[in-house]
Amino acid sequence: MAAATRLSVRNIHKSFGAHEVLRGISLDAHDGDVISLLGASGSGKSTFLRCINLLETADQGEIVVDGERIEMTVRNGRNMPVSRKQIDRIRAELGMVFQSFNLWSHMTILDNAIEGPVHVLKRPRAECIAEAEALLEKVGIAEKRHAYPAHLSGGQQQRAAIARALAMKPKVMLFDEPTSALDPELVGEVLRVMRSLAEEGMTMLVVTHEMSFARNVSNRVIFMRSGEIDSDGAPEELFGKGGSPAFRQFIGTFGS
Amino acid sequence: MQIVETLGFGQTGWGGLLLMAALMTLCVTLTALLIGAVLGAVVAAAKLSQSRAIRTAGGVYTTIFRGVPELLIIYLVYFGGSSAVTMIGAYFGYDGFLGLPTFIAGALAVGLICGAYQAEVYRGAFLAIPRGELEAAEAIGMNRLLRFRRIIAPQVLRFALPGIGNVWQLSLKDSALVSVTGLADLMRTSQVAAGSTRQYFLFFIVGGCLYLVLTSMSDRLFASAERRASRSMPAGIGQI
Repeated sequence: MAAATRLSVRNIHKSFGAHEVLRGISLDAHDGDVISLLGASGSGKSTFLRCINLLETADQGEIVVDGERIEMTVRNGRNMPVSRKQIDRIRAELGMVFQSFNLWSHMTILDNAIEGPVHVLKRPRAECIAEAEALLEKVGIAEKRHAYPAHLSGGQQQRAAIARALAMKPKVMLFDEPTSALDPELVGEVLRVMRSLAEEGMTMLVVTHEMSFARNVSNRVIFMRSGEIDSDGAPEELFGKGGSPAFRQFIGTFGS
Repeated sequence: MQIVETLGFGQTGWGGLLLMAALMTLCVTLTALLIGAVLGAVVAAAKLSQSRAIRTAGGVYTTIFRGVPELLIIYLVYFGGSSAVTMIGAYFGYDGFLGLPTFIAGALAVGLICGAYQAEVYRGAFLAIPRGELEAAEAIGMNRLLRFRRIIAPQVLRFALPGIGNVWQLSLKDSALVSVTGLADLMRTSQVAAGSTRQYFLFFIVGGCLYLVLTSMSDRLFASAERRASRSMPAGIGQI
């Protein structure tokens, strides 16, 4: 039996002015899929990820999250969501991890982690605290729970940001270059957390430059080039000899 | 001994009146600051609006109230307000001059002015919030109201605190101009005391000292509030 489709994206187009960043991207993510999105900078992979939870609004295309289609309409010549309420509800089901962590700087790590469950999902505070503490334990920063983000290293902040996203019990996790802003010695600790998430069966979409993660952790690799999907397949196949010449050239620059 | 008697709290002493006057100055300024906080927040929101017309309206407000002398605004509010009140009085059959209560006129005038300054403080504070934190709030599913209440407002207050301290100090001094309407504030009372005792030097120095007491006390208050608010800042930033 095929796993349930957690996320289905059809024919996404996005332009900034005259510059067409995405030229019709489609993608299905099934339960437990870990999909790495690779590509040179400017290939549109981050924009694509941001279109999924509507931080950017695609000019056309269809997004279905866990069976629910995001209703879009055209107003004043621009594509727009019909209901802000629906967007907020769907965003709550999509965990987003940013390159620059984006923890709320006026809140402690624990407060960051319970903010969404308590105020967006309106769940009982005590319950949320217990769960958040367990998550912080899991990502290895339980002892920092009463510290403010500014007092943590980048790696610790990113792990806290992952815990914050997980606290919402998302259906899909979106990672936007989660290790690109980190010092090299801190990358490992974040990748370890992501790897254990993948092993637990979390559905993940990861925009990354970490070839080892793409190759060893994800079960599918998508290589984007000029706003289109250039290569798409299992990592062993693409990193073997299945990738296009452009993909071969791309991974060549990483020395692998 | 003469001085003690003149400034004391006895029958012929001005001490009680001066203290009341200092309290009046404090009350006018506090009311003005609150009026200004509401106006400032609205005008800051207007200046950050996506609509060009609303942005312009916000700009016009700050241009006027920062660009016209405080004294003129006070006259405008007091006499303008009074003639409006007189007109309403005439409508109900009372003909004669009705003055706007001087406390209300003063607080409103200083509030209009400090609202313009506060608007700039809030706008700057909003722009100081890292954009990514607002995106993270959107991404987790917060609606507009929740984002404002949980993420924007607390951070705006934190970043605005030093600026608000500054506006408070300016308003405290601006409130002295309200004395022209006859409100018995610290300035006015010092003047009256100086005039009736002919001890100009003494009373203006005492008045000045009382202003200094008010400003330095509020300075301390703001400093400790800033220390509290900057707990989440990296060590060294915001803690001077």
